[in-house]
Amino acid sequence: MAGAVLVAAALWASVWAGQCAEPPGSDVFREELLLTPLRSGDIAATFQFRTRLDADLRKEKVSHYRIFPKVLGQLISKYSIQELHLSFTQGFWRTKAWGPPLLQAPTGAELWVWFQDSVTDVNKSWKELSNILSGIFCASLNFIDSTNTVTPTASFKPLGVANITDHHLLRYATLPREIVCTENLTPWKKLLPCGSKAGLASLLRAERLYHSSYHSQSVHIRPICQNADCSSVSWELRQALTVVFDMYSSGQGKRDWSIFKMFSRTVTESCPLASQSKIYVDVSGSGKEVDLFELNPPTSLERQVVVHGDRRVYAEYDLSQQGTFSTSRNLNVALKWKGRTAESAGQPQSPLFHAERYVSGYGLQSGVINTMVFNNHPYRAYPVMLLETVPWYLRLYVHTLTITTRGKENKPSYIHYEPAKDRQRPHLLEMLIQLPPNSITKISIQFERALLKWTEYPPDPNHGFYISPSVLSVLIPSVINQKTDELEESTLFSTLFPSSDGSSYFMRLYTEPLLVNLPTPDFSMPYNVICLTCTVVAVGYGSFYNLLTRTFQVEDRKGGGLAKTIANLIRRLRGVPPL
Amino acid sequence: MAAPLVLVVLVAVTVRAILFRSSLAEFISERVEVVSPLNSWKRVVEGMALLDLGVSPYSGDLFHETPLILYLFHFLVDYAEIVFMITDALTAITLYLAVKDYNKLMFKKQKLLLELKRYSQEGHDLLRVPTEMYYVPLKVALFYLLNPYTVLSCVAKSTCVINNAVIALFILATVKGSRLLSAVFLSVATYQSLYPITLLPPALLYLLQKEFIPIKMKSPSFWLFSCQYCSMYLGCLCVLVCHSFFLLNSWDFIPSIYGFILSVPDLTPNIGLFWYFFAEMFEHFSLFFVCVFQINVFFYIVPLTIKLKDHPMFLMFMQLAVISIFKSYPTVGDVALYMALLPMWAHLSRFLRNVFIVSCMLIVCTLLFPVLWHLWIYAGSANSNFYYAITLSFNVGQILLVSDYFYAFLRREYHLHHGLYLTKKDGTEATLVLK
Repeated sequence: MAGAVLVAAALWASVWAGQCAEPPGSDVFREELLLTPLRSGDIAATFQFRTRLDADLRKEKVSHYRIFPKVLGQLISKYSIQELHLSFTQGFWRTKAWGPPLLQAPTGAELWVWFQDSVTDVNKSWKELSNILSGIFCASLNFIDSTNTVTPTASFKPLGVANITDHHLLRYATLPREIVCTENLTPWKKLLPCGSKAGLASLLRAERLYHSSYHSQSVHIRPICQNADCSSVSWELRQALTVVFDMYSSGQGKRDWSIFKMFSRTVTESCPLASQSKIYVDVSGSGKEVDLFELNPPTSLERQVVVHGDRRVYAEYDLSQQGTFSTSRNLNVALKWKGRTAESAGQPQSPLFHAERYVSGYGLQSGVINTMVFNNHPYRAYPVMLLETVPWYLRLYVHTLTITTRGKENKPSYIHYEPAKDRQRPHLLEMLIQLPPNSITKISIQFERALLKWTEYPPDPNHGFYISPSVLSVLIPSVINQKTDELEESTLFSTLFPSSDGSSYFMRLYTEPLLVNLPTPDFSMPYNVICLTCTVVAVGYGSFYNLLTRTFQVEDRKGGGLAKTIANLIRRLRGVPPL
Repeated sequence: MAAPLVLVVLVAVTVRAILFRSSLAEFISERVEVVSPLNSWKRVVEGMALLDLGVSPYSGDLFHETPLILYLFHFLVDYAEIVFMITDALTAITLYLAVKDYNKLMFKKQKLLLELKRYSQEGHDLLRVPTEMYYVPLKVALFYLLNPYTVLSCVAKSTCVINNAVIALFILATVKGSRLLSAVFLSVATYQSLYPITLLPPALLYLLQKEFIPIKMKSPSFWLFSCQYCSMYLGCLCVLVCHSFFLLNSWDFIPSIYGFILSVPDLTPNIGLFWYFFAEMFEHFSLFFVCVFQINVFFYIVPLTIKLKDHPMFLMFMQLAVISIFKSYPTVGDVALYMALLPMWAHLSRFLRNVFIVSCMLIVCTLLFPVLWHLWIYAGSANSNFYYAITLSFNVGQILLVSDYFYAFLRREYHLHHGLYLTKKDGTEATLVLK
């Protein structure tokens, strides 16, 4: 068991070196946009902006920032951050219909941070950091506290230059209920050297971006090697934004897309500060059929890259060259499909790996969380690292955890479980599960719903509680063999994750968040409940007090009291002897 | 007498065995009335699973059993059903023996008091006769074994059954006059669920009476005996706690068990008064009311001891009832224990005032618990107030039952000493009032 863990950990932790095209000593900014027509007829647009700061924020005091945002630089120095990954997402990347994502993020907000080993009180730094980020990005990250923070042991490894392995320096939290909107986009755009004034960022208009099926913006900060022998370190800020436009709601039911149709404006210039500014269009056809659509304006530049174990062909537009733009000084890349409608495109081919999750059971007492993990690789088995973070108010019973593949029990080779503490910390379950080829693995675990105090329910409590998505980290064997040196030195497609050799690639997928209802007390009657319960206690107290303090006595004749006087009066009237 | 007892035990075991094999067992073990977070079998299994995973069972907030129970069931998990059935039978037999012995002693005491002319001549109708006392032990065993509450607890494998057995053994040891065993079982019971600590005064009083030591502040033998008993109790408790510490090598279990009992963080509905009250409580009053409610359980023993110092067995019964009404996570198993002792006080029936209404209340509430739970949790057509209302009336019922028995007991004592038919000075019939 330990062996497998070590192998997996070593693969993921392998230091991501490379990236040394630019001469060192000067800050660099690059912008890229990738348009990927999806099989469903939708289109995905992925923006990536990379800013490199050629100074080591860990060792020296940097007071002069050129294009790297000062606010983030100071944050890194102040809190001794090794790596920071933050994402805001609306919607869910449908892996089954859209294929594997370049970089998926869970619905809501996600934040994970590696601190440097000089930090003594990680929890304090984490709390302060999340509050500051909450201010920077106008998000509810201040709701990150100990009840939704975990320290995963194996799922998240540093992606930059790092020699830390002590997972106590890592903090991970998700806020699945977080709603992403313009107020999160504006501060995000302000981190760019050109803002949204020029370059690709001028396409980012909120009213178009939020009229989409999936929208995810993220910030990744990490140290990278400045040169080949890694003698000096740079800091990289990678801002990525992925948006998927729906064929029916944005594209009027047609698969023909253009930049104007998507963003309701065209590209007019590149950011003057950018050393690289490119637009790529994924033109690789499925299987043998190529040239399914034609690009307008046509481009002669094409490049082949291996992404997710698959050879892809990309048409390239270089915005730094004047020839790219038309006579009216703008660029509107358009895709025109050759006579094929969306319906005839056929069933989407299922991806090699995907997962889904749901809650089963009825009533408000208990339930079962089920995760289905699909390995569609025809002949290779591979392990998946599953991370589940469940809030304390769903009490998980770990003895009911069952993992079945093809009707047989599948024993995880590594399991790490931290049970929840009421109102303090969530459940954390990490497992390394081997997935046989061409199989479906079902993981189910029972839980019990807790009744909370009436002040602990969020507004609209009967809407339910969001449970953060489970995280699946996986090393998928490639279908085609790729060589490391073939990889482009620094394009969009060499994603964040390191790839140690050509035989497999790393992917991190998130499942759907869950919505779970809890039993609720009646919010309208705290006073009634307090009064009624206290009355019952008082009935108990009163009757005991009565019997304890008084003694039996033969009733005294004298001293009748008012009631007796009245009774005797009535008796006299009736002619009956008085009492 | 042994034959009917064996018969009762056999019937009880058969009923339980049938229920264990039926599909009802699963349903019963999930009922909130039968299992609480403290004693649910599912949580015991979870604790063992955590132990097997190498995680401390007390690091989470799911497992609140004592370490000894955890390790006991680690060995016995395959025989759990048999263990629970044997425990139930053991409790019944222990109660049977205890009540039998107690009755003998009571009869002797009554004879002595009669000879000493402590009782009024006119109160002789109230004296207990052997024929009436003959079947009491069997009735107690019957009441315990065939009480639906006990059957449900046993079928749900609630560890409350084990706590009841320990308390029953403690009662037997006390009645037999064995102070060491009494202290040992009392400390085990305290270790298991904390509240039995309040049973120390009745046990002490009983043992003192048995040894004919006068209960006087100035008597050195009284102090000597009390100190002996308390130190035996504390010593044994210490051994148990330290043993638990060495089993797990951490003190985590103390806050996880006793802190959990006292601070009531888990608001899972049950038949008690705590859950809804603290779910609806304003946060800044929460601590205050937790203290008030917990004092309620622990404090009644003081005035009760003063009032009932000559009747330690009745005091024990009263305190058991108080615990099961006011404890933080009560289950029907706790109710079953003091209800099993009701036949001991059958001679009070003459003075009970509202036993019919109370029994109707308890029966109706018991039937309505699952109905309203279903309406709230599954059908969604009722809300939490419905279930809460039933817990309230169930507790009112219990309070009325206990105070009725208390009243009847005090009244019988009065009549024993002052005669059954009271007359005024002028010879007319008088009424008795509490003043």
